[in-house]
Order: sequence, then C-alpha cells, then structure tokens
Amino acid sequence: MLEVVGLTTKYGSISALREVSLSVGAGEVVGLIGPNGAGKTTLLGSIAGLLQPEAGTVTFEGIDTTGASPEKMLRAGLALVPEHRRIFTDMTVEENLKIGGVTRSAAERSESLIEMVELFPVLAKKWDIAAGFLSGGEAQQLAIARALMARPRLIMMDEPSLGLAPILVDLVFDLIDRLREKGTTTLIVEQNATRMLHASDRAYLLRSGVIVADGTGDELLARTDLFDTFVGG
Amino acid sequence: MVEILQNLVDGLGRGSIYALLALGVAVIFGVMHLLNFAHGEMITVSGYVALWSLDRGWSWYLVVPLILAASVLTSILIERIAFSRVRGADDFTLLLTSFGVHFVVSSLFILYVSASVQNFRGPGWIHDTFSIGSLKIEVFDATVIGVTVLTLLATTWLLQRTMFGLSLRAAAADFDTARLMGVKSDSVIRGAFVLSGFLAGIAGVFWLMRAGSTTPSGGTDPMLKGVLAALIGGLGSLRGAVLGGFALGLAEVLLRSWLPDGIANLTEGFVFAIIAIFFIFRPGGLITVAKAERV
Repeated sequence: MLEVVGLTTKYGSISALREVSLSVGAGEVVGLIGPNGAGKTTLLGSIAGLLQPEAGTVTFEGIDTTGASPEKMLRAGLALVPEHRRIFTDMTVEENLKIGGVTRSAAERSESLIEMVELFPVLAKKWDIAAGFLSGGEAQQLAIARALMARPRLIMMDEPSLGLAPILVDLVFDLIDRLREKGTTTLIVEQNATRMLHASDRAYLLRSGVIVADGTGDELLARTDLFDTFVGG
Repeated sequence: MVEILQNLVDGLGRGSIYALLALGVAVIFGVMHLLNFAHGEMITVSGYVALWSLDRGWSWYLVVPLILAASVLTSILIERIAFSRVRGADDFTLLLTSFGVHFVVSSLFILYVSASVQNFRGPGWIHDTFSIGSLKIEVFDATVIGVTVLTLLATTWLLQRTMFGLSLRAAAADFDTARLMGVKSDSVIRGAFVLSGFLAGIAGVFWLMRAGSTTPSGGTDPMLKGVLAALIGGLGSLRGAVLGGFALGLAEVLLRSWLPDGIANLTEGFVFAIIAIFFIFRPGGLITVAKAERV
C-alpha cells in the first residue's frame, strides 16, 4: 500500500533521513520506533507532504506521490495525526471534526460525525466546547477522530501516547486494535517501544536517520542487543 | 447626555467603516501573515469606478453593486499578480510587496488617468437627518451602522457555519495542520482575498459616498485606518479587528468634540498619541492571539 524507497530528507545541510526504505501492506499495523531525534517525525512528514525529500520515492497505492502536497496526500487516502496533536484549540470539538472531513460531502461528513461519537463517547460530552479546554487524553482522541473523519485508507500517527496517563495509553492502544479490526492500515511512531512491538504486525527501528532493523514485533522483541541501546524496557 | 449619545452615534458610524476595513486586514493577516498595506487599493479603484459611472449619469443604486464587484475583482487580481508569487516568504518580504502594490496602483492612476482630485456627487440623501427626541441622527450614519451590523452577522455566519469559514479559521490557526486535513491552501487564500475585497467594497461604498471625490492615493487613508484598527484589536484576531475599528472611530469623534476649538483640527495627532501610549501597555492589542507556529 505504501512503499518508501531510498528517502533522504535534509534540514539545511544536515540529513535528517538517509536512504530510508520501508513498506506498509494493506491492513497492517506497522510500528516505527527509535530514540528521540532519530528522524521518525521527519519520515512521517516527508511521506505526508509536509517536508520535501531530497531523494528517493514515496509510492502510495501504486501511484508515485513523492513531494505531493499534504492536501493531495489526504485526498489520495493518507492521513497524518501530527506530533503534539495540533488540534485547533479555538474551535469547538465539532468544528475540529468537521475540518477533518473537509474533503467529503456534507452527507458523508454527518455520517462520520455519528461514527466518531460512537467510537469516542467522551467527545460527545464536549461537543460544543473549544478544543483548547480538553484534557490531554480527550485532545488525543479528538486528533485521531479528526484524522479518521477523512476515511483514510492509511492513517499515520506520531506519538499518540505521548504525555498521556497510563490508563489513557491503554485507551490509545485499544483504539489501534479496533482500527486494525476495521481494516484500517496504520503506521505509528511510538516512544513506548515494547508496547508498540506487541501491538504491531511489523516494525522498523530508526536511529540517526537510518533504518537499523526491521521485522515482526516478536522478532524485534527478541533482539535485546538492539533494545538496550535506546530504551530501558 | 444628549451630546454623549450624539457623539456615540457619530463615532459608531465612523467606527463601522473602520471595523469593516480592519476585518478585511485581519482576515488576510490570519491566513497569510501579511500586513496588507495594499488594502486601500480596492477603494482607490472603486473611486474611479464610481467617478466613471456617476459621470455617465448612472444612479447610486447601480454604482453600489459596481463598486462591490470592482473591489472584489481588484482584491483577486492583486493576489494573483503579486501576492501569489511571494506566498510563504518571510513577513518582511510580504510587507514590502504590499507597499509595492500600493505604489504601483496609485502610479498607474497618476500616469493614465489624472493626478488631481476628481469630484462626483454623493447620493441625494447623504445629508438628510432624522430626530429621536432631541437626538439628531444622520440617515447616512444610521445606514452605515445598519449595513455594518448585517455584514458582520453575515460574516460571522460564514465563518462559523460554512466549511469555507471553518477552513479559513483552521488555516489561520495552523496552516500546515489545516493542509493535512485536506484544506487546499490555494482556495482558502483566494477565498480570503474575495472576502476581504468584499468587506473593503462595502466600506468603500460609504467612504466614497461621504468623500465625494477620488484621487490616485484615495485608498491610503482608509488603508491606514484599517491597518491601525486591526493593530489596536490585536493582529490575527477577527473580533479584535472589529472592536479596534469601533474604538478608533469613537476615539476620533469623542476627541474632536472634547478638544478645545483651537486644537480640534489636531485630533488625528492626539489619536495617534493615545494609540502609541496604548501600545506601550498592551503591545499585543486588545485581544492577544497565541502565535501559531510557522514553518
């Protein structure tokens, strides 16, 4: 579904990513783990069109989308839940969700709004409240729901559990499981590596802008040599 | 008491026009981070459209829609010809571009039309008044206030209830994230220029009715009022811009009536002095907007 080959992205003269290749198959949950500054956010940004790669290609559903704008990528069926959620704090929960469905017809949007209420009951209670007043967990659910409003075929999430209380982290991983059951393909950046490896079908380990290992969750979990270098557990 | 009410009405009439101008400035600043010193060009062009059509003996009822159309069209053209080429550039480049547009437009009128002031007739009712008790109200002020209230309500509806409005607000809050949601940067920026051109058009209709004349730099004064009011309100805040417009109008009228006769014609200077002092205490304006990240 998503094929990234030899992707290099630079900030000025510094390479944040060096010839990164990865693939995500339809229906898969793929994890992307690695220490801070490894280039995980840069990689998602380069795929989603926020950053222009120097070299390499991004192919989404058989179409070359290298360097396409974010609005084009979204229309192609790929959504990104950005780092730090970036919900629109001055807009209400409902307005945030509507913006998520901006590319769809009014009827489809209303249908998806109902779906989101079922999927995230907590949001229904805060429907008309400015999103800036939501708690961290609620805001994260809103960020994910907002991305789902576009009915993406592939959803990428950047650190969805960051800054959340443990019970809310459970909620995020529950949600990932539920999305998998619904057949949504997911690519997730997580700092909670062990948890991510258990939840994903396959994972890539990124370090200093280079993919240093990949395999199924179990395979990577077994390689303690890799693990000790960047996380404690 | 009557005098205060009288000044209030006058000030609101004047402030209404400033509010419409400031709102247009704020809409553009929101989506592009551009402080648009070319915001008056819509009124400059409208002035010549008014002159040209009134010279042909056309009625103001026909001239009003012509002015609105000319203003929107000018706004779209300025975006297409100038601002679309510097999109995403740093704020200073955008600012200089807007100055450039301002000078080019007025130079074109000096070169190809005339450098001098040209007069046209206002509508017949421009100096009519009516009384409520001992309060004397100009029909003009009442019309300006009424139309402005309707325009602000319509704009609020547009921003709150339509997908275009939501996209505009989302883009103003965080352009990159809005694009991630599928908001097209092209359409939202062009839409912002249409909206801002329309608001300037309404302000322009009233400005020109009262001025009764046009010059190649006729847009400078309304532009300065609009930019100033937007700054007073807090750049980026739409509500602030409207408040800033009304505040500026009221301040001008109240000062003019309070200042002793000898220095009443220095009102403008006093207004600027007060604004300068205001900015010392509230550099962010009336409503401070959290700075959205720019990439």
